[in-house]
Amino acid sequence: MTLARAERVSRRYGDVLALDQVDVEVRAGELVGLLGPNGAGKSTLISLLVGLRRPTSGRVELGGGDPRDPASRRQIGVTPQETGLPGTLRVGEVVDFVSAHYPDPVPRGELLDRFGLGELARRQCGGLSGGQKRRLAVALAFVGRPRLVVLDEPTTGLDVEARHTLWEAIRAFHADGGTVLLSSHYLEEVEALAQRVVVIGQGRVLADDSVEAIRAVVGVRRVSLTADELPSLPGVVRTERVDGRIHLLTADADQLVRDLVASGVGFRDLEVRPTSLEEAFLAITATDAAPVAA
Amino acid sequence: MQLALVHARYQLLETARVPVAIFGSAFFPAAAMLFFVVPFAGRDPVGATFATGAMVTFSVMSANIFQYGVGVAEDRDQPWNPYTRTLPAGPAPRFAGRILAGLAITYLSLIPVVVIAATLTRARIEPAAFLLALATVAVISVPFTLMGLAIGYALPSKAAIVVAQLVFFPLAFGGGLLSAPGQAPGFIEAIAPYLPTRGAVELMWAAVGDYSVSPLSLVMLGVWVVVLATLAGWAYRRDEGRRFS
Repeated sequence: MTLARAERVSRRYGDVLALDQVDVEVRAGELVGLLGPNGAGKSTLISLLVGLRRPTSGRVELGGGDPRDPASRRQIGVTPQETGLPGTLRVGEVVDFVSAHYPDPVPRGELLDRFGLGELARRQCGGLSGGQKRRLAVALAFVGRPRLVVLDEPTTGLDVEARHTLWEAIRAFHADGGTVLLSSHYLEEVEALAQRVVVIGQGRVLADDSVEAIRAVVGVRRVSLTADELPSLPGVVRTERVDGRIHLLTADADQLVRDLVASGVGFRDLEVRPTSLEEAFLAITATDAAPVAA
Repeated sequence: MQLALVHARYQLLETARVPVAIFGSAFFPAAAMLFFVVPFAGRDPVGATFATGAMVTFSVMSANIFQYGVGVAEDRDQPWNPYTRTLPAGPAPRFAGRILAGLAITYLSLIPVVVIAATLTRARIEPAAFLLALATVAVISVPFTLMGLAIGYALPSKAAIVVAQLVFFPLAFGGGLLSAPGQAPGFIEAIAPYLPTRGAVELMWAAVGDYSVSPLSLVMLGVWVVVLATLAGWAYRRDEGRRFS
């Protein structure tokens, strides 16, 4: 069963095309990661799916209905990307306010305890630390016992420990049968949580596949060196020459370096760096001139 | 309805935690009472009553234009606002809640004017007329609420503050709120019926004393309500939170 769907959706802001003919589907029980660099269109896609904006063209569906219809939103929980809780309201009041919108909300104490906020119910939101605000914002997505939770960059700005606490809460929700759509620009986060990954870049879906398949693609490393001539080496996805340096993109940097040394060719200034998501995808999609997977 | 009350409660809670916001809308009309009405019309029961009615109207106008115009525009800047739009409620409870809270704050901001009128002037009013005036406050809040909402949803907050300040004084002066009935300078008497403040203050005068409302002012007030409601509805629908291009 499909809980959320975008069909050939485009969204334009003035002259900027933020989303270009995007197709995405989230089925019940999935934990889908939406991965892409900043500005790729992740937040725009989410804002369309939760009914905040209208697509310029194409169709968006939430639980079989229009996301702009309040009834369609009864089964979802959303967390805002920016932590913008009303500063003067107390933590408990904010939870009660959101609860009032749902027929069978999670009791306040239970929800706050689940996110390690039990002690803070009487504190004003403006006085919380960044991590506490973030946790409260994520907790709010779970108040209404949703079937689908949409988390836009849930752990941005959190320290490692707080991030792992949140991951646990998300995993527990999924293990109970909940569906999650989570956006992130950290590969690590998506790897830790998601089963399926949709990669978005420049407003398009670049890939939609299992975590393993995506990791093979974005796990590409850049091996840079200075050399006159290189023999052809196995496992090189792409070769670039810039200012006398040779850059080799490969999924297995260790093997490439071994092969390089074994080939006996003279080289210096060897450097191995991870590529950014953006780099990996743009490089690969540019060479293939087609999305990695449909 | 339940949700509208929830929204109203949280609106009021937020306002109450920064009480200076309420003083703001109560200050100007109260000061105008002290500086203009008390020394000049305070001794004449009829004049003082009408002048108080005008100041009440002034207060209703400024409270509504500012709290909705500036309040809505500022809320739209906050990330909390788009979040609330993902909750399973349409715009109706939020609108209704905001208006209930707005009305409550409007009544609060009138207290100083009424207290000053009762203690420092000879203004007087029958209990029945007082109740009628209370109801009139709610009625004449309508056009200014709509005006505030139109400003708040159409403009970014910095522009909304300026526009709210730009419109409220000409409306007060042009509508004849700063003069006794029929005593305003000629050009104001000429333009006043076409401004929403005039119809509003005439309703208030009719509630508190012996005054008959002019049909032109009343019809124009109706026209204003329709126009402002259309404008507010349009601005609300095109709003998708703050946009950058």
